[in-house]
Amino acid sequence: MKITSLEDLKRIKEEAQKRALLREGKAEYKITVHMGTCGIAAGARQVMAAILDEIAKRNLTNVLVTQAGCIGLCDREPLVSIEKGTERVLYGDLTPEKARQLVASHIVNGQIVGDWVVHTER
Amino acid sequence: MKELSLHILDLVENALRAGARRITISLLEDSARDLLEMVVEDDGRGMDEKTRQQAVDPFFSTKGKKVGLGLPLIAQLSKQCGGNLEITSEEGKGTRVKATFRRSHIDVPPLGDLAETLFVLLASHPEVEFIFSHEVNGRRFSFRSSEVFRALGIENPGGNPVLLSALRDWIAYHETTLREGQTNEDYKP
Repeated sequence: MKITSLEDLKRIKEEAQKRALLREGKAEYKITVHMGTCGIAAGARQVMAAILDEIAKRNLTNVLVTQAGCIGLCDREPLVSIEKGTERVLYGDLTPEKARQLVASHIVNGQIVGDWVVHTER
Repeated sequence: MKELSLHILDLVENALRAGARRITISLLEDSARDLLEMVVEDDGRGMDEKTRQQAVDPFFSTKGKKVGLGLPLIAQLSKQCGGNLEITSEEGKGTRVKATFRRSHIDVPPLGDLAETLFVLLASHPEVEFIFSHEVNGRRFSFRSSEVFRALGIENPGGNPVLLSALRDWIAYHETTLREGQTNEDYKP
Protein backbone atom coordinates (compact mmCIF):
# COMPACT_ATOMS: atom_id res chain seq x y z
CA MET A 1 0.00 0.00 0.00
CA LYS A 2 1.29 3.40 -0.93
CA ILE A 3 0.96 5.95 1.81
CA THR A 4 0.25 9.35 0.36
CA SER A 5 -1.95 11.14 2.83
CA LEU A 6 -2.49 11.49 6.54
CA GLU A 7 -5.74 9.57 6.07
CA ASP A 8 -3.65 6.58 5.00
CA LEU A 9 -1.50 7.04 8.08
CA LYS A 10 -4.54 7.11 10.32
CA ARG A 11 -5.73 3.83 8.82
CA ILE A 12 -2.32 2.29 9.43
CA LYS A 13 -2.38 3.51 12.99
CA GLU A 14 -5.67 1.76 13.62
CA GLU A 15 -4.33 -1.45 12.11
CA ALA A 16 -1.13 -1.13 14.08
CA GLN A 17 -3.06 -0.72 17.29
CA LYS A 18 -5.14 -3.74 16.55
CA ARG A 19 -2.07 -5.84 15.86
CA ALA A 20 0.42 -4.57 18.38
CA LEU A 21 -0.29 -3.21 21.78
CA LEU A 22 1.51 0.00 22.45
CA ARG A 23 4.40 -0.61 24.75
CA GLU A 24 3.45 -0.18 28.34
CA GLY A 25 5.72 -0.18 31.30
CA LYS A 26 9.31 -1.31 30.95
CA ALA A 27 10.92 -2.66 27.84
CA GLU A 28 12.79 -5.90 28.35
CA TYR A 29 15.56 -5.08 25.88
CA LYS A 30 17.23 -1.79 25.14
CA ILE A 31 19.06 -1.44 21.84
CA THR A 32 21.44 1.50 21.55
CA VAL A 33 22.78 2.53 18.15
CA HIS A 34 25.92 4.65 18.34
CA MET A 35 25.34 7.70 16.17
CA GLY A 36 28.46 9.83 16.34
CA THR A 37 29.91 11.26 13.15
CA CYS A 38 32.03 8.10 12.82
CA GLY A 39 28.99 5.86 13.26
CA ILE A 40 26.88 7.78 10.78
CA ALA A 41 29.68 7.73 8.19
CA ALA A 42 30.03 3.98 8.64
CA GLY A 43 26.32 3.26 8.16
CA ALA A 44 24.68 3.58 11.59
CA ARG A 45 21.54 5.17 10.14
CA GLN A 46 20.93 2.24 7.80
CA VAL A 47 21.62 -0.18 10.67
CA MET A 48 19.13 1.57 12.94
CA ALA A 49 16.48 1.67 10.20
CA ALA A 50 16.97 -2.07 9.63
CA ILE A 51 16.55 -2.76 13.37
CA LEU A 52 13.36 -0.68 13.57
CA ASP A 53 12.01 -2.34 10.44
CA GLU A 54 12.74 -5.83 11.76
CA ILE A 55 11.06 -4.99 15.07
CA ALA A 56 7.99 -3.77 13.18
CA LYS A 57 7.87 -6.86 10.96
CA ARG A 58 8.14 -9.18 13.94
CA ASN A 59 5.72 -7.11 15.96
CA LEU A 60 8.05 -6.98 18.96
CA THR A 61 6.77 -4.82 21.79
CA ASN A 62 9.45 -5.52 24.39
CA VAL A 63 12.27 -3.53 22.77
CA LEU A 64 13.29 0.08 23.14
CA VAL A 65 15.55 1.52 20.45
CA THR A 66 17.64 4.54 21.27
CA GLN A 67 20.82 6.37 20.23
CA ALA A 68 24.11 7.37 21.77
CA GLY A 69 27.26 9.14 20.62
CA CYS A 70 30.79 8.06 19.79
CA ILE A 71 32.48 5.83 22.39
CA GLY A 72 35.97 5.97 20.91
CA LEU A 73 35.83 2.70 18.97
CA CYS A 74 35.40 4.46 15.64
CA ASP A 75 37.12 1.71 13.66
CA ARG A 76 34.52 -0.84 14.78
CA GLU A 77 31.50 1.26 13.77
CA PRO A 78 28.62 0.78 13.24
CA LEU A 79 28.31 -0.25 16.89
CA VAL A 80 25.15 -1.41 18.62
CA SER A 81 24.72 -2.42 22.22
CA ILE A 82 21.92 -4.60 23.51
CA GLU A 83 21.05 -4.46 27.19
CA LYS A 84 18.86 -6.74 29.24
CA GLY A 85 18.90 -6.30 32.97
CA THR A 86 22.55 -5.91 33.95
CA GLU A 87 23.89 -7.68 30.87
CA ARG A 88 25.22 -5.48 28.12
CA VAL A 89 26.59 -6.80 24.84
CA LEU A 90 28.35 -4.52 22.38
CA TYR A 91 28.37 -5.59 18.75
CA GLY A 92 30.60 -4.04 16.08
CA ASP A 93 31.25 -3.88 12.32
CA LEU A 94 27.55 -4.23 11.66
CA THR A 95 25.59 -3.99 8.42
CA PRO A 96 21.81 -3.70 8.01
CA GLU A 97 21.71 -7.42 7.22
CA LYS A 98 23.68 -8.38 10.35
CA ALA A 99 21.49 -6.04 12.41
CA ARG A 100 18.36 -7.89 11.27
CA GLN A 101 19.98 -11.18 12.25
CA LEU A 102 20.83 -9.73 15.65
CA VAL A 103 17.17 -8.96 16.29
CA ALA A 104 16.26 -12.52 15.36
CA SER A 105 19.03 -14.19 17.29
CA HIS A 106 19.67 -12.01 20.35
CA ILE A 107 16.19 -10.60 20.97
CA VAL A 108 13.82 -13.26 19.67
CA ASN A 109 15.87 -16.38 20.45
CA GLY A 110 18.01 -15.09 23.30
CA GLN A 111 21.25 -16.20 21.61
CA ILE A 112 24.28 -13.90 21.65
CA VAL A 113 26.06 -13.84 18.26
CA GLY A 114 29.60 -14.44 19.52
CA ASP A 115 31.41 -13.67 16.25
CA TRP A 116 30.23 -10.06 16.20
CA VAL A 117 30.73 -9.24 19.89
CA VAL A 118 33.23 -6.51 20.73
CA HIS A 119 32.68 -6.45 24.46
CA THR A 120 30.38 -7.96 27.08
CA GLU A 121 29.49 -6.65 30.52
CA ARG A 122 27.56 -8.50 33.15
CA MET B 1 29.73 10.93 3.97
CA LYS B 2 27.94 9.90 0.84
CA GLU B 3 24.69 11.77 1.38
CA LEU B 4 23.72 15.24 2.55
CA SER B 5 20.96 13.63 4.59
CA LEU B 6 23.69 11.93 6.67
CA HIS B 7 25.26 15.32 7.39
CA ILE B 8 21.80 16.53 8.43
CA LEU B 9 21.52 13.58 10.81
CA ASP B 10 24.95 14.45 12.21
CA LEU B 11 23.95 18.10 12.76
CA VAL B 12 20.75 17.02 14.48
CA GLU B 13 22.75 14.69 16.75
CA ASN B 14 24.75 17.75 17.82
CA ALA B 15 21.52 19.60 18.56
CA LEU B 16 20.18 16.67 20.58
CA ARG B 17 23.37 16.52 22.61
CA ALA B 18 22.93 20.21 23.35
CA GLY B 19 19.63 19.32 25.02
CA ALA B 20 17.33 20.69 22.31
CA ARG B 21 13.58 20.26 22.67
CA ARG B 22 12.76 21.77 19.31
CA ILE B 23 14.81 21.25 16.16
CA THR B 24 14.12 22.89 12.82
CA ILE B 25 15.48 21.28 9.67
CA SER B 26 15.08 23.40 6.54
CA LEU B 27 16.24 22.59 3.05
CA LEU B 28 16.04 25.00 0.19
CA GLU B 29 16.82 24.25 -3.42
CA ASP B 30 16.67 27.04 -5.95
CA SER B 31 17.81 26.48 -9.54
CA ALA B 32 17.53 30.14 -10.51
CA ARG B 33 20.07 31.11 -7.84
CA ASP B 34 21.97 27.82 -8.23
CA LEU B 35 21.64 27.37 -4.49
CA LEU B 36 21.22 24.50 -2.08
CA GLU B 37 20.85 25.55 1.53
CA MET B 38 20.67 23.32 4.56
CA VAL B 39 19.78 24.75 7.97
CA VAL B 40 19.56 23.02 11.34
CA GLU B 41 18.41 25.21 14.19
CA ASP B 42 17.92 24.19 17.79
CA ASP B 43 16.91 25.59 21.17
CA GLY B 44 19.66 23.79 23.05
CA ARG B 45 22.22 25.23 25.42
CA GLY B 46 24.18 27.09 22.75
CA MET B 47 27.88 27.91 22.70
CA ASP B 48 30.00 30.80 23.87
CA GLU B 49 31.91 32.75 21.24
CA LYS B 50 35.19 30.88 21.79
CA THR B 51 33.58 27.46 21.41
CA ARG B 52 31.68 28.64 18.34
CA GLN B 53 34.92 29.68 16.66
CA GLN B 54 36.61 26.39 17.55
CA ALA B 55 33.68 24.29 16.37
CA VAL B 56 35.05 23.85 12.84
CA ASP B 57 38.52 22.90 14.08
CA PRO B 58 38.86 19.12 13.59
CA PHE B 59 41.14 18.91 16.63
CA PHE B 60 38.54 20.44 18.93
CA SER B 61 35.81 18.54 20.73
CA THR B 62 33.57 19.21 23.71
CA LYS B 63 33.29 15.51 24.42
CA GLY B 64 36.71 14.83 25.87
CA LYS B 65 38.09 13.41 22.64
CA LYS B 66 41.04 14.60 20.62
CA VAL B 67 39.06 15.06 17.43
CA GLY B 68 35.59 16.21 16.46
CA LEU B 69 34.88 15.85 12.77
CA GLY B 70 31.18 16.52 12.26
CA LEU B 71 31.22 20.26 11.62
CA PRO B 72 34.68 20.36 9.98
CA LEU B 73 33.53 17.81 7.40
CA ILE B 74 30.48 19.88 6.47
CA ALA B 75 32.54 23.08 6.43
CA GLN B 76 35.04 21.52 4.06
CA LEU B 77 32.35 20.07 1.81
CA SER B 78 30.38 23.28 1.45
CA LYS B 79 33.54 25.29 0.75
CA GLN B 80 34.58 22.75 -1.86
CA CYS B 81 31.15 23.13 -3.49
CA GLY B 82 31.25 26.91 -3.77
CA GLY B 83 29.32 27.60 -0.57
CA ASN B 84 30.11 28.10 3.08
CA LEU B 85 29.18 27.17 6.62
CA GLU B 86 27.75 29.69 9.02
CA ILE B 87 27.29 29.03 12.72
CA THR B 88 25.43 31.41 14.95
CA SER B 89 24.88 30.63 18.58
CA GLU B 90 23.73 32.20 21.77
CA GLU B 91 24.34 30.67 25.17
CA GLY B 92 21.12 29.45 26.72
CA LYS B 93 19.14 30.16 23.54
CA GLY B 94 20.35 27.75 20.90
CA THR B 95 22.42 27.28 17.79
CA ARG B 96 21.82 27.69 14.09
CA VAL B 97 24.01 25.98 11.53
CA LYS B 98 23.59 26.91 7.88
CA ALA B 99 25.49 25.19 5.08
CA THR B 100 25.20 26.43 1.51
CA PHE B 101 26.30 24.77 -1.72
CA ARG B 102 26.35 25.70 -5.38
CA ARG B 103 23.56 23.36 -6.36
CA SER B 104 25.02 22.46 -9.76
CA HIS B 105 28.52 21.83 -8.37
CA ILE B 106 29.75 18.39 -9.36
CA ASP B 107 30.99 17.58 -5.86
CA VAL B 108 27.65 18.14 -4.11
CA PRO B 109 26.60 14.72 -2.78
CA PRO B 110 23.01 13.62 -3.37
CA LEU B 111 20.49 14.47 -0.67
CA GLY B 112 20.02 10.75 -0.23
CA ASP B 113 17.45 9.10 1.98
CA LEU B 114 15.95 11.99 3.92
CA ALA B 115 13.00 9.86 4.95
CA GLU B 116 15.37 7.43 6.67
CA THR B 117 17.13 10.27 8.51
CA LEU B 118 13.79 11.58 9.79
CA PHE B 119 12.57 8.06 10.55
CA VAL B 120 15.45 7.22 12.91
CA LEU B 121 15.14 10.64 14.58
CA LEU B 122 11.38 10.41 15.14
CA ALA B 123 11.79 6.85 16.41
CA SER B 124 14.46 7.56 18.99
CA HIS B 125 13.48 11.08 20.05
CA PRO B 126 9.70 11.29 20.12
CA GLU B 127 9.93 13.83 22.96
CA VAL B 128 11.63 16.35 20.67
CA GLU B 129 9.62 18.53 18.31
CA PHE B 130 10.96 18.29 14.77
CA ILE B 131 9.99 20.95 12.27
CA PHE B 132 10.88 19.90 8.77
CA SER B 133 10.63 21.83 5.57
CA HIS B 134 12.00 21.12 2.10
CA GLU B 135 11.50 23.58 -0.71
CA VAL B 136 12.42 22.88 -4.33
CA ASN B 137 11.98 25.77 -6.77
CA GLY B 138 9.01 27.20 -4.91
CA ARG B 139 7.21 23.93 -4.12
CA ARG B 140 7.34 22.69 -0.60
CA PHE B 141 6.84 19.74 1.69
CA SER B 142 6.77 20.55 5.37
CA PHE B 143 5.45 19.27 8.66
CA ARG B 144 5.80 19.54 12.42
CA SER B 145 6.14 16.24 14.23
CA SER B 146 3.80 17.31 17.04
CA GLU B 147 1.02 18.20 14.60
CA VAL B 148 1.36 14.94 12.71
CA PHE B 149 1.25 12.98 15.96
CA ARG B 150 -1.75 14.97 17.16
CA ALA B 151 -3.61 14.38 13.90
CA LEU B 152 -2.98 10.68 14.37
CA GLY B 153 -4.21 10.85 17.95
CA ILE B 154 -0.95 9.66 19.47
CA GLU B 155 1.39 11.27 21.93
CA ASN B 156 4.43 9.21 21.29
CA PRO B 157 5.06 6.88 18.33
CA GLY B 158 8.25 5.55 19.94
CA GLY B 159 6.60 2.34 21.04
CA ASN B 160 4.92 1.69 17.73
CA PRO B 161 7.38 0.64 15.04
CA VAL B 162 4.62 -0.24 12.58
CA LEU B 163 3.34 3.31 12.69
CA LEU B 164 6.87 4.68 12.42
CA SER B 165 7.46 2.67 9.24
CA ALA B 166 4.25 4.09 7.82
CA LEU B 167 5.41 7.58 8.73
CA ARG B 168 8.65 6.93 6.90
CA ASP B 169 6.74 5.84 3.77
CA TRP B 170 4.63 8.98 3.99
CA ILE B 171 7.74 11.19 4.09
CA ALA B 172 9.45 9.19 1.32
CA TYR B 173 6.39 9.53 -0.91
CA HIS B 174 6.36 13.31 -0.55
CA GLU B 175 10.10 13.59 -1.01
CA THR B 176 9.89 11.58 -4.24
CA THR B 177 7.00 13.57 -5.65
CA LEU B 178 8.67 16.80 -4.58
CA ARG B 179 11.70 15.82 -6.63
CA GLU B 180 9.44 14.96 -9.53
CA GLY B 181 7.87 18.39 -9.24
CA GLN B 182 4.47 17.42 -7.89
CA THR B 183 4.16 17.70 -4.14
CA ASN B 184 3.18 21.00 -2.68
CA GLU B 185 1.96 20.12 0.74
CA ASP B 186 2.37 22.20 3.83
CA TYR B 187 0.83 19.99 6.38
CA LYS B 188 -1.48 22.02 8.58
CA PRO B 189 -4.16 20.36 10.65
